[in-house]
Amino acid sequence: MPLLDVAGLRVAFGDHEVVHGISLRIRPGECVAIVGESGSGKSVTARALLGMAGAGARTRSDRLRVLGRELGSASERTWRDVRGRQVGLILQDALVSLDPLRPIGREIDDPLRIHERMPPAARRARVLGLLARVGMPDPEFAAGRRSGELSGGLRQRALIASALALDPPLVIADEPTTALDVSVQARILSLLDEIREAGTGILLISHDLAVVSRLADRILVTRHGEVIEDGTADDVLRSPREPYTRALIAAVPTERPRGTALAVATSAPAAIPGPPPTGVPIATGSDAPERPPLLRFDRVAKGFSVPGGRLLAVDDVSLALRPGETLGLVGESGSGKTTVARLALGLTAPDSGVVLLDGEAWSSRPERERRPMRRRIGAIYQDALSSFDPRWSVGRILADAASVGARGTGRPAPRVEDLLDQVGLVASVARRRPLNLSGGQRQRVAIARALAAEPDVLICDEPVSALDVTIQAQILDLLDRLQRRRGLAMLFISHDLGVVRHMSDHVAVMRAGRIVESGGTEAVFAEPRHPYTAQLVADAPRLTP
Amino acid sequence: MSELELRQTTVEASAEHLGPRRRRMPRAGTVLAVAFVAFLAVATVAPSLVWTQDPNRIAAADAFESPSLAHWFGTDESGRDVYSRVIAGTASSLLIGVSATLIGLALGLVLGVLASFGGRVLDFGVGRVIEVLFAFPGLLLALLVIVVAGPGPVTATIAVGLSTAPGYARIIRGQLVGIRSSHYVEAARVLGHSPGRILARHLLPNALVPLFVLATLGVGQAIVWAAALSYLGLGAQPPAAEWGAMLAAGRTYLPTAPWLTVFPGLMIVGTTIATTMLGRALTRRGREGR
Repeated sequence: MPLLDVAGLRVAFGDHEVVHGISLRIRPGECVAIVGESGSGKSVTARALLGMAGAGARTRSDRLRVLGRELGSASERTWRDVRGRQVGLILQDALVSLDPLRPIGREIDDPLRIHERMPPAARRARVLGLLARVGMPDPEFAAGRRSGELSGGLRQRALIASALALDPPLVIADEPTTALDVSVQARILSLLDEIREAGTGILLISHDLAVVSRLADRILVTRHGEVIEDGTADDVLRSPREPYTRALIAAVPTERPRGTALAVATSAPAAIPGPPPTGVPIATGSDAPERPPLLRFDRVAKGFSVPGGRLLAVDDVSLALRPGETLGLVGESGSGKTTVARLALGLTAPDSGVVLLDGEAWSSRPERERRPMRRRIGAIYQDALSSFDPRWSVGRILADAASVGARGTGRPAPRVEDLLDQVGLVASVARRRPLNLSGGQRQRVAIARALAAEPDVLICDEPVSALDVTIQAQILDLLDRLQRRRGLAMLFISHDLGVVRHMSDHVAVMRAGRIVESGGTEAVFAEPRHPYTAQLVADAPRLTP
Repeated sequence: MSELELRQTTVEASAEHLGPRRRRMPRAGTVLAVAFVAFLAVATVAPSLVWTQDPNRIAAADAFESPSLAHWFGTDESGRDVYSRVIAGTASSLLIGVSATLIGLALGLVLGVLASFGGRVLDFGVGRVIEVLFAFPGLLLALLVIVVAGPGPVTATIAVGLSTAPGYARIIRGQLVGIRSSHYVEAARVLGHSPGRILARHLLPNALVPLFVLATLGVGQAIVWAAALSYLGLGAQPPAAEWGAMLAAGRTYLPTAPWLTVFPGLMIVGTTIATTMLGRALTRRGREGR
């Protein structure tokens, strides 16, 4: 008997149907994945399977059986019995899914208290057992922590523990690792794998094919609320039938050489022209050492006061960024990557060491002198929306940045239409506000703004980590093209190894404020010398099933 | 699902979804508020157009008449027409409310900007001053000003404005501190904009917009406070038809002639509600954008 048996599931909000008849089946010990971009109806489907599609949603199905029980027209009371006991739910962001004011031990205890008749002592033992099972170090201690006091990875483990509290035969995991670092992600994925091995059925919802390929036995590719491809993981990943599935697979940047377009790519990858994809990065040619670096970090250190001492966010970092070159900076969250970006942008001053721009003092200058030079370094942030004044239209944002460039270069300011055109947006976008644009469009506007001031250096801090794979591919292609055309020096910061590998000529691996390894991208990734790099490379999810 | 069922779903769904399409139409409440404010504007600029008789015409024979067709809001102890007096009082009441709010906002802005940009020492100093001002009940603070400057409508206005300033100052400071560390201000710094330009183009507009709704509420509150001062005989003086003074004068007759207080009171409430609704509607429009 399948754990979950759904046929013809439809969900509509008002007259707008978002899920058009999805069918799936999960057996014990099987992991079925639903893959698709945001807006493809993945999450709504997951929620509908728990009777929680939301206010105003209408769910219809030909068959909706959980453990053989038909729930198509089940009452809220019946659903409450199903949730937690028969189906556990793991959500993306544990910080919002867990009550910030209660210790996680209590959160995990909740389902036990509600569904089971157990004496408190037994429940306590169960909670600690669960925390140990999800690999929480020191369960006793962790049970007393609030979610805000734990790191992202531990928080996600706590959330998984609460979903597993009643030992449900089926678990629905909606983007369970999306907000996490690679190494944490790898641990969470192996944890889910263990659960599956133990006989639990898993419905995995994700936009990331690399994550899915690690766990799933079966993959359903959804688009606009319909399943367009359904098959075993091997079949779907190795020989996708649909062009859309091929585009999704092509969009995964891992192990795709620099200069290869990620988007479109429906033909054989070998046919795409580009610079030599071998381990010969552009700037390490024989003449490269002669080109002076545009941006240079010389033994830079920066610390912050934290309760109980001082935290060295950046510790003795030296970097050189040459014109026309991309330097990738990888590391986990908290490794000091963003502090490096802020130092490079002159937003914070180093405690020791210097940052030089084009051979001249940059970090040591008073702000008044630095201000006129600022347009030479542009920035693109992870969250594009928050980097725009909410009251400004796209046109005003770009015109404002262009005026800065014009003042600095003495050339006439580029027109807003041209700025939009070079990032692939139509002129009418100028009248809109960033809030009303999609994530990919916003990031395009952010790129247009950064380039409007005609910078020589571009600092990109996690520019694509908030985007879907397909959109991410488009933005990466765009950045790569613009960088080549303008000969920009680019500092590309990301926690995603695949993205960095695809984008960078050189790479620096950061851990706890220090650069543990640096060199040509292929050299570093193919033969990592530092154990930490080797670990990162091993943890990075890749497509090969 | 059969095709018939499917078609049914579509029909039901489209019928159900007619509602939210009419978003662009202004709401009924907004229309009413606009009408009311327009009426107040006329009463302020040209009261003789809307009053039914001279507000100060005394007719002892008509004293204490309840509302009727001849006297819509009734008459007071001297037989004066309450409706006409309410209209006549619009100008001074509104003037007091609006100017007191503007004074409070301006003062609050100065204090808020000082606190958030003047460095740590000034922030601390201004913060304590605001707290001391907060510690006094607003009316007491206003009384203090009047004791120093003498009674009258102008001092009453200043006094009310002064007593609302600490609240605005605190909100403005909080807003500015929050916005200053926002990503878009950082983005403007990265572009090389000067602090003055960032203050004028990003910080102040974004800090003041949320204050706009609050200020529309504040106008109503300021009218009530000015009314309270008039009631104590420290604001507008008796022959003048100011709403607060009318409330005060009518209080004695509340059990027998409630219309003396109810109608001026309703005007204050109506003005507050109308300005607040207008403020909300305006910010809503600003947010939705073009």
